[in-house]
Amino acid sequence: MLNSSPFTKNKQSLSGLMTSVAWALLPGFIALFYFFGWGVVFNVVTCAVTCVLTEAAVLHLRKKPFIILKDYSALLTGVLLGLALPPLAPWWIAVIGSSFAILFAKQIYGGLGFNPFNPAMAGYVLLLISFPVAMTAWLPPQALAENNASFIDSLYIFLFSFDTHQHTLAYYRLGVDGFTMATPLDQLKTSKTMGYLISEVTNKAIFSDIVNVGWQWVNAGFLLGGIYLLVKKHIHYAIPVGVLVGLLFPALIFNGYSPDEYPSLIVHAFSGATMLGAFFIATDPVSAATTYKGRLIFGFGVGLITWLIRTFGGYPDAFAFAVLLMNMAVPLIDHFTQPTVYGYKTSPSQNEELNS
Amino acid sequence: MNSAPVQQRFNRSSLPTWVKVITRSFHGGVHPEEFKTISNQLPIDRLAQPEKIIVPLSQHLGNPATPIVSVGAEVIAGQLIAEAAGHLSVNIHAPYCGTIEKIETSFVAHPSGMDDLCIHIKTNDKEAVFRYPKISDYKNTEIDELVKRINEAGIAGLGGAGFPTHIKLGTQINTLIINAAECEPYISCDDKLLQEEPNEFVEAAICVAHIVNAEKIIIGIEDNKPEAIEKLIAAIESAHKKNQSDLIELHIVPTKYPSGGEKQLFELLTQKQLPPSIRPAQLGYLIHNVATIRAAYRAIVFGEPLTERVVTVTGDACPSPKNYWIKIGTRFADVLAQTESQHAQQMIMGGPMMGFEVKNSNAPVVKTTNCILLQKKAHQVQEQPCIRCGECATACPASLLPQQLYWFARSDNFEKAQEYHLSDCIECGACAYVCPSEIPLVQYYRYAKSKMKEQAIAKAKSEHAKERHEFREMRLAREKQERAEKHKQAALARKQAAEKKGIEDEKKATVADAVARAKARKQALTNKNNEND
Repeated sequence: MLNSSPFTKNKQSLSGLMTSVAWALLPGFIALFYFFGWGVVFNVVTCAVTCVLTEAAVLHLRKKPFIILKDYSALLTGVLLGLALPPLAPWWIAVIGSSFAILFAKQIYGGLGFNPFNPAMAGYVLLLISFPVAMTAWLPPQALAENNASFIDSLYIFLFSFDTHQHTLAYYRLGVDGFTMATPLDQLKTSKTMGYLISEVTNKAIFSDIVNVGWQWVNAGFLLGGIYLLVKKHIHYAIPVGVLVGLLFPALIFNGYSPDEYPSLIVHAFSGATMLGAFFIATDPVSAATTYKGRLIFGFGVGLITWLIRTFGGYPDAFAFAVLLMNMAVPLIDHFTQPTVYGYKTSPSQNEELNS
Repeated sequence: MNSAPVQQRFNRSSLPTWVKVITRSFHGGVHPEEFKTISNQLPIDRLAQPEKIIVPLSQHLGNPATPIVSVGAEVIAGQLIAEAAGHLSVNIHAPYCGTIEKIETSFVAHPSGMDDLCIHIKTNDKEAVFRYPKISDYKNTEIDELVKRINEAGIAGLGGAGFPTHIKLGTQINTLIINAAECEPYISCDDKLLQEEPNEFVEAAICVAHIVNAEKIIIGIEDNKPEAIEKLIAAIESAHKKNQSDLIELHIVPTKYPSGGEKQLFELLTQKQLPPSIRPAQLGYLIHNVATIRAAYRAIVFGEPLTERVVTVTGDACPSPKNYWIKIGTRFADVLAQTESQHAQQMIMGGPMMGFEVKNSNAPVVKTTNCILLQKKAHQVQEQPCIRCGECATACPASLLPQQLYWFARSDNFEKAQEYHLSDCIECGACAYVCPSEIPLVQYYRYAKSKMKEQAIAKAKSEHAKERHEFREMRLAREKQERAEKHKQAALARKQAAEKKGIEDEKKATVADAVARAKARKQALTNKNNEND
């Protein structure tokens, strides 16, 4: 068999791409760790290990070489899911979510490149639907928390649900005012259903500085990593831009129309999964649209659905749902957004020349 | 980044009006490392005469040439040894003096890796050279005469496709475009030719423009060739002074692969895209390669048949990388030996982006060999799954969706592949170059294209068969009908005949009756009379 041209290749490789994305997660990860403690590390490590082990097990069953593991895609799925889980959730949450993500959302379709849905988000949605209580029990940022868990206490809670002093997670969820703290988006949702105005909600302790001490920096960290990926050309700008426009444009319009009912663009941009989702999750190339226009539409859809569910739906945040819903639309989007092939767009002057 | 030296050297305001620095580029493209300076620093060298050469009969598009010499015959350099077989074919001449050793199939440099018919010549030291009569005053010679000369001299496109030049020059156009982009990494043969003989090249361009009646010549060159550009500007300037007209434009295009692709260069120089299945000539343009222009000119003015070309011999396995004048038919083995690059693990004819691997060093240099790339280590890829990252679509100069085409080609879904314009793929390799999963995409497309061709041929065959079958049925039916008609006619005729006969009988009968009656009456009357008597 003769080799075929080209006989040269740029430096970009699959594993390099995956590891770059993993490195770009670092600032956001550090911010998460700084504000939410050791639980973040446990989640990420457990998810990553489970994903890689599950992938290895399936490769063994499918009699495929283990070298495939070296594309690091399973590792990345684990890291992304781990970052999305609430810190100090029980260990089996991480294990169930990760193994489901690899087994059912990825390998059952044939492995990397064949999965129609974003594996990390499929795992996340499974967990959110199956274990809603555990999945919504977020810690307050450490600066606002009454009690901060040490490494040992965190590990105990993670593994056994009780720390060395027999405290449960609820103990660490107390804010400085003695009440259990919710995430900013959670707070908005519940307060709104109770008839509060946005301005009244955002005056509470959980909302300080821009949005909230913890969440704003977490989002800023992921934004930083995302910009790194854009500069390095590891991701294309169309999807993040689409997501941010789809989420922030309606936020801007509705907030301008009725600031008392709808949180501002800033709150949306720097809360919840916005930046992680826009730059790292929606940009998963396998399950996203591939044409340029298609990516803009895909991103816009993800952003818009997120805003709709955050604003009118039953969940405080909705990135995972938005991504999965748009994943379903990808074949359609791709079909209708094919670029004009070279030579098929003729200018009128050219047609004249042809006719003459 | 490479435009810097040109911009610095030729301050835009100081450039002549006929030099244009093009900034608007085409969609996609890639910037592979150029590796041109390893071969373009030294003057063009010449290889020594090898002991034997192998001249393939098929070095161009169209039918292989027909050999007109027999085994054992003595030939001299430049002598016609094989004649064009048909309109699209091209003459082939002996590169050296020697004896025809054999005419048989042997290994040739071809992407298919198949053998082909070649004339094997054992060279000798005689110094005789055949030349066609010189046509120095080409401006006052019939155009047909000039085109005929180019036909005789065996000129085929030296850029890579090997299209017979006399056919391209048999048209009348407005603008002659000269492709001096040379966008493939490593290759520098046109660059060196321009650097060393800029005046002859400009003269050649004017000559070819005269043949096709072009009003304008545009030379497209990438901005990574500052020396060639400088020399060209000087040469064009003096030609313009001499001819008193600004016939030639020099367009400096940004360095980006594949700017030397016909469609891409056309877009760069005319700001228009070439519509599908339209040739530039239909729009009044003709695109020629630098070396082809030169060869055509020399065939006319010096009567030189095409027996040698400049070849870039380069790569990390070549200790003396530079450009060489190499006679057609020189075996790669001799090139390797004379350049001391025997340790090459991989030989590539052409550049790394669109060239093909040559597995056997017995393969000879042909008219389309612009580069011999010798690599210490064969390029190898570890194919991984497609993650639909879309890098390929960003790089594709034809604005295709290579990742989709890949899926269709993989699953033999050729209808879908065609729907996504597979046939508009120019196989430049930019997609495979950027693919992080190292998928040999072009290989998949070639596979799909050849399958589609096969299917099209099979379909045409079956349609032909169907047509024949239908025609036969129709013929049989017609014959049957004709026969039936004939029978009917015959029956009718018989019937008529029978009827006619019947009528005559009736008449006869009637007459006979009448006669009989008359007789009877007569008889009766006689009898009565007798009675009365």
